[in-house]
Amino acid sequence: MTTEDYSKMESAIEVTDLKRTFDGKDFVINGMNLKIPKGKITVIIGYSGTGKSVLLKHILGLFKPTSGSIKVLGDEITELGPEQLAKLRHKYGMLFQYAALFDDMTAVENVMFPLREHRRDLNRDQMLEIAYERLKESGLDEKHFQKLPSELSGGMRKRVGLARALALGPEILVYDEPTTGLDPILTEMVDNLIFSTHNLKKGTTSLVVSHDLHAALRIGDYLAMLNNGKVLLFGTPEDFLNTDIDLVKRFVSKGVHRK
Amino acid sequence: MSAPKEYLPQQRFKRSFNYARFRVRVNNSINGFVSSMVEGFTSFVFDLGDLIRFGSFAITSFFRPPFRFPELFQHMEFIGNKSVGIICLTGLFTGMALTYQIYLGFKIVNATSLVGPTVALGITRELGPVLTGLIVAARAGGAMAARLASMRVTEQIDALEVMAVEPVQYLVSPRIVGAVLVMPLLTGIFDFLALGGSYLLGINVLGMDAALFLDRTELWLQPSHIFEGLFKSAVFGLFFAVICTHRGFHTKGGAEGVGSATNRGVVMSMVMIIILDFFLTNMIDAFYKIIGAGGGLR
Repeated sequence: MTTEDYSKMESAIEVTDLKRTFDGKDFVINGMNLKIPKGKITVIIGYSGTGKSVLLKHILGLFKPTSGSIKVLGDEITELGPEQLAKLRHKYGMLFQYAALFDDMTAVENVMFPLREHRRDLNRDQMLEIAYERLKESGLDEKHFQKLPSELSGGMRKRVGLARALALGPEILVYDEPTTGLDPILTEMVDNLIFSTHNLKKGTTSLVVSHDLHAALRIGDYLAMLNNGKVLLFGTPEDFLNTDIDLVKRFVSKGVHRK
Repeated sequence: MSAPKEYLPQQRFKRSFNYARFRVRVNNSINGFVSSMVEGFTSFVFDLGDLIRFGSFAITSFFRPPFRFPELFQHMEFIGNKSVGIICLTGLFTGMALTYQIYLGFKIVNATSLVGPTVALGITRELGPVLTGLIVAARAGGAMAARLASMRVTEQIDALEVMAVEPVQYLVSPRIVGAVLVMPLLTGIFDFLALGGSYLLGINVLGMDAALFLDRTELWLQPSHIFEGLFKSAVFGLFFAVICTHRGFHTKGGAEGVGSATNRGVVMSMVMIIILDFFLTNMIDAFYKIIGAGGGLR
């Protein structure tokens, strides 16, 4: 990918010169510049402790940066107040690492929750209809709809989490370490789920944070590798396979293991 | 080759004692003690400030839309309804035990006619609110802290934030308001059962005169004494709910964090209830003196 292609790219999220320190000395994010292309799957990869999760929390507006700018769908989120930030968050859907389902609610109630909170114009039947539809889209069998999260397997929970993320029809879907701790079969299932969901919801921007390089190469339209709080390489999977950057080559050849 | 010299214990001490090293050690321990005291005090002040900020935000959030009435009723049911059994049992036996002890003491000075009012005043003004506070703090407060802590470590609170739901308003506010509303009701039940137990034991077992028991109790016990206890219990409800939700909400770490948050929340709540009781009693007393009311015991 050439610099010209990168600068011309239409972005859903644009991070410019982002810096963040927690103790006033060490910068977890140190002058990061990154564009997340609109309507594509972008996977952010990197070793542990390179700032992936911190970047994600900034993009979601959960952290305020020490300096720099973050534009989400054209809005500068570092300047938004709590109410405007809450409105912006309606455009996000997020699948957490362990799905983060509310454990006192059934699968269908979990999916109805964002609708109950933000779509008060809908009646209960309409909400149920949407929840059922989203759960089916996520591939959960109907016999599991009324089960509590504790009665579901890891893969089923991910499906419910994804259905909940899709409930409000988000423009940006965020996946935080979706395959960490899963067996290879379940990992492939989740990868396929991300891929099929992206294809089903045309125009949705998907942002995946992971350190599973194989999955990143398989599902990502674009990849961004972070190191020392900066973007080391942004490009297509081919760019990553043909790069001369030593650290990226090591990551590609050895997976997630440090030297 | 000469044999090693044998020393007496005192001589051994003198030989091994190094005064300079001793002074350094003493200085280090004094410095360590002072700095840990300062550190402890600073962290206490920060903690207290954070607790006040958290509690006031939670309470004001309750009165802002979207209103959380379904959640409020759900938590009132959990804190109140599910505590009734244990409160009844504790109230009944506290009333009986207190009656028996006071009866033994008053019998010596031939004042058994005052057992009824003494128990009634002790229960309604002190033991009712304090014991109800301690029991509910342990049961419901512990559950609140554990629930919020487990939601924190499993990212459910983060999920609420990402879904643009204010987690303090959704999770904390109804719990605090629920505890404040339910505590006086539970204390009322405790008082009623404790006085019932006192009457049963006094009349049926200790052979006291029923008419005298009721007449003296009615004479000494004023509505203000009952209200005082109910007011105290609402304040205890506020404190234990704020402390336990604060501990749970700000949990760090995994399963260990959940256990620690629950433990710290419950212990701190119980200690606070007992300390607060003393100050509240004096404040209420001063208030009644200022307005010139409060019955014959003021």
